[in-house]
Amino acid sequence: MIVVRTPGGVSLRLRPRSLAVGVTCVLLTLAVGVLALGSGDYPMSAADVLRTLTGGGTAAEEFVVHELRLPRLATAIAVGAALALAGAVFQTLVRNPLGSPDLLGFTQGAATGALVVIVVGGTSAMLSGAAAVSGFATGLLVYVIAWRRGVHGYRLVLAGIGVAAILTGVNGWLLTRAPLMDAARAVLWLTGSLDGRGWTHALPVLVALTVLGPAVLAGAGPALRLMEMGDDAASALGVPVQRLRLALLGAAVLLVSLASAAAGPVNFVALTAPHLARRLTRAPGPNLLPSALLGALLLVVADQVAQRAIPGQQLPVGVVTGLLGGGYLIWLLAAERRAGRL
Amino acid sequence: MLSSPAPAFRTTSEFTLSVTHPPPSAVRAVPAHPIPRGRPATRATGLAAAVVLLAAIVVLSIAVGAKALPLADVWPGLLDPAADEYTVVHQMRLPRTLLGLLAGTALGVAGAIMQALTRNPLADPGLLGINAGASAAVVTGTAVAGVAGLHGQVWFALIGAAAVTAAGYVVGGGRGATPARLALAGAAINATLYSYVSAVMLLDTASLERLRFWTVGSLATAELTIVGTVAPFIAAGLLLALAVARPLNALALGDDTARALGARPALIRGAVIAAVTLLCGAATAACGPIIFVGLLIPHLVRALTGPDLRWLLPYCAVLAPVLLLGADVLGRVLSRPGELQVGMVTSVLGGPLFLWLVLRGRVGRP
Repeated sequence: MIVVRTPGGVSLRLRPRSLAVGVTCVLLTLAVGVLALGSGDYPMSAADVLRTLTGGGTAAEEFVVHELRLPRLATAIAVGAALALAGAVFQTLVRNPLGSPDLLGFTQGAATGALVVIVVGGTSAMLSGAAAVSGFATGLLVYVIAWRRGVHGYRLVLAGIGVAAILTGVNGWLLTRAPLMDAARAVLWLTGSLDGRGWTHALPVLVALTVLGPAVLAGAGPALRLMEMGDDAASALGVPVQRLRLALLGAAVLLVSLASAAAGPVNFVALTAPHLARRLTRAPGPNLLPSALLGALLLVVADQVAQRAIPGQQLPVGVVTGLLGGGYLIWLLAAERRAGRL
Repeated sequence: MLSSPAPAFRTTSEFTLSVTHPPPSAVRAVPAHPIPRGRPATRATGLAAAVVLLAAIVVLSIAVGAKALPLADVWPGLLDPAADEYTVVHQMRLPRTLLGLLAGTALGVAGAIMQALTRNPLADPGLLGINAGASAAVVTGTAVAGVAGLHGQVWFALIGAAAVTAAGYVVGGGRGATPARLALAGAAINATLYSYVSAVMLLDTASLERLRFWTVGSLATAELTIVGTVAPFIAAGLLLALAVARPLNALALGDDTARALGARPALIRGAVIAAVTLLCGAATAACGPIIFVGLLIPHLVRALTGPDLRWLLPYCAVLAPVLLLGADVLGRVLSRPGELQVGMVTSVLGGPLFLWLVLRGRVGRP
């Protein structure tokens, strides 16, 4: 543990291992990012990419990097970080390693909004808006349903599962109401894809991260750590548990909504990134920042895999995260069970 | 509960009876029904009433639809397959009704024995991912092996259901699993498998066109051949379930007590898993994944009959199809001339009940 004390009375505690994990994630993300910017139908070397980024490229290179590939990369980084940060907050609040938006009805809620727009017919901006709003509304609904003299982790999980099950039925029905081409578009959106994403998709998520990220990290990080000990202990130590939980849930839901609006509800990033971060840092507590950085890395890597896995076919990134994350999840369940913690 | 007589006490004290010891006959027998819920006669009457209700729903299911049929015409329509005006009955509504009967029975009974085995009020074939397992296997068969038609589908669905039942039991079930954990394990399995299902649909537009209707859960595509294909599997599953009703009652008292009463826990668990697989696999293969029927019905029935499986299972077998066919008829009535798929109706009806069960706070405590 390194403690940095400033003259102003602010102290910052750093764990060397967490710091190393975070820095490694950033470096790897940058490295994979440069590769991603240089790969595709118009291949460029890493040197060319860096030269273009610093403003020394040809017109063609400028166009390919700045107009086509950089927005997609930025979206991947922003969406990955937002989902992972929200996931870490969710898991800490619910006090269950599986308490993530993927399993709590949130994803299905966002999907319902998107499907309604697709069936009724609307622009992609409307689709994103509807997804964000309905996702947020679903999160709120689950919270209200689970409320009983405060919200406790397991009630939230069960209410989420119930709402998710209802919405799955509704979504399936909506899918049958659409013409086939629209249905394919809807399934694609539901899976989560970064195809053709531009700055309009990336910016809202980046703004939300810039505003909410520091607030969650600095404002709620220490309190979240206390809340992990249980509501009573946290209350006794001066944490306004219920109010803080509502605020944090709101922030997490907002992050997930915006991320879903940008790339669709990408499967399992919110669930797996915090887990992996915890395993890597071996630090107690929510591990918010390492989770977010790892989430960005995961999504950038998954997107590269998705583009190259089947030659001549671009898989949506959600398929890769879904299968990898799903496999990890099943393994995790079995492991947690053996360890007797779940 | 258990109608076995009280065990005779063959202890040494029997051979040294003195006047101070009560004679063995004075040892009070174990009551046959620790939780009496009405006399058997009452429960039999109730079951008869349930059968009448089911008959009424069956008639409705044949009469109601885009082309309404007067109730008086239902019976002659069934008897006269040649008449043109009754084509709709033979081509569509009779197979659909039979399939609803079979699938409803299968799901209700599967839910009841799962809840009994896991001692978990939230056990349901849909919630635990068994239907999703069958779906994933069917989708694979359709897209990869080009399996078309139900005969191939059934086998895929059974394999998928079996895999998930076993996996779910290992991962989230077993003994000492809390309802919340079992539900979470199911949700995790569901999420994983459905992301796989949508991936397959994306890569293969032809299978999307066929499967998007199947994955909602519907009775609309029923044909008599389909009913014939799944009937043997469901019958086998039902027989197996009824056969384990008594020993499963004993298992509710804990493994040791069950062994003392002559039941064999491992064998019973295996039989229940096999029955659940047959019932859910066949039902899912025929109509797609239908959620909440297996959760809802056992809960409602338990309020009527108490926990004795020997009564619970027959009631579930009769009342679950009432719910499923009722939901199907409702789906046809609500959106004439089109229809709402039955899977959607059951999830919208059943979801709130699930939430209510959770919110009462009686289940899900870790």
